[in-house]
Amino acid sequence: MKANVYVTLKEEVLDPQGEAVRRALDSLGFAGVKKVRVGKLIEIDLDGSTSKDAETKLRAMCEKLLANPIVEDFDFELEAS
Amino acid sequence: MDIAVVVFPGSNADFDALHAARDVLGEQARYVFHKETSLGAADAVIVPGGFSYGDYLRTGAIACFSPIAAAVRAFADQGGPVLGICNGFQILTEMRLLPGVLTRNAHLRFECRDVHLRVSARGPFTNTIAAGSVLRLPIAHGDGRYQCDAQTLARLQKNDQIAFQYCDAQGNVGKQPTVNGSIAEIAGVYNEAKNVLGLMPHPERASEAILGSADGLKLFQALRAHLQGKAS
Repeated sequence: MKANVYVTLKEEVLDPQGEAVRRALDSLGFAGVKKVRVGKLIEIDLDGSTSKDAETKLRAMCEKLLANPIVEDFDFELEAS
Repeated sequence: MDIAVVVFPGSNADFDALHAARDVLGEQARYVFHKETSLGAADAVIVPGGFSYGDYLRTGAIACFSPIAAAVRAFADQGGPVLGICNGFQILTEMRLLPGVLTRNAHLRFECRDVHLRVSARGPFTNTIAAGSVLRLPIAHGDGRYQCDAQTLARLQKNDQIAFQYCDAQGNVGKQPTVNGSIAEIAGVYNEAKNVLGLMPHPERASEAILGSADGLKLFQALRAHLQGKAS
């Protein structure tokens, strides 16, 4: 089973990386880019579990290691392989 | 006095810390490898600077699950003095031994220069340094922007946990452009029990006059005074 885990900065946390990308897009002539936030996509291939087991496991992975809850939010989606 | 310097893959200020503790301060100091599970009979622990595990995922995130981390946590929980410098500070926040988190510098630059720091909170690494005095120490970091929520900041202020703030040469905080965007210009904090200190600047790299400043040695001398006071 494959999972996509998304780790993003909380809305109120300043994202200097996103701001640098926004400015670069602007200088490349892409008009109208108001805001850019940069996050992470983590692809995980899980060994044969049910989607319920996988969800429990992924939540624990996010809470323990993949995201820092002080400044980051996480979300994930499962796709049957 | 026996000081353990924890070494992770990617640590690069481990020798600087060992040198300051052993050769400059003149105490017994030794490395403890990340794969070990015991700190031995250490009286104090230094988690040094560098890029542990390549800073992959987040700075300090992977180091806190290495075998030695459990021993460091147990040592801290028993009240043992622990000093986290730069990446060591990032590791201690990821371990939740210290509040808050270190994020990307606000202006995206890697900052490598000397800064001035105002000393505030009392604790084993600052007790012998007069509150309000100004130290000059080098910084070398890209992820040094200290962040915490408003409640945590209020708690840090109320419990006198803010050990160091970036300031100008006269000790004024907030009267110069921000160093990295840290909330309240925080450069170093203690835990609530005051036995664990983390700071982004490098005291071990400013421990001798030949290095341009010996201000950093004051933290090591404070630690020695603290341990001697406990022994007597």
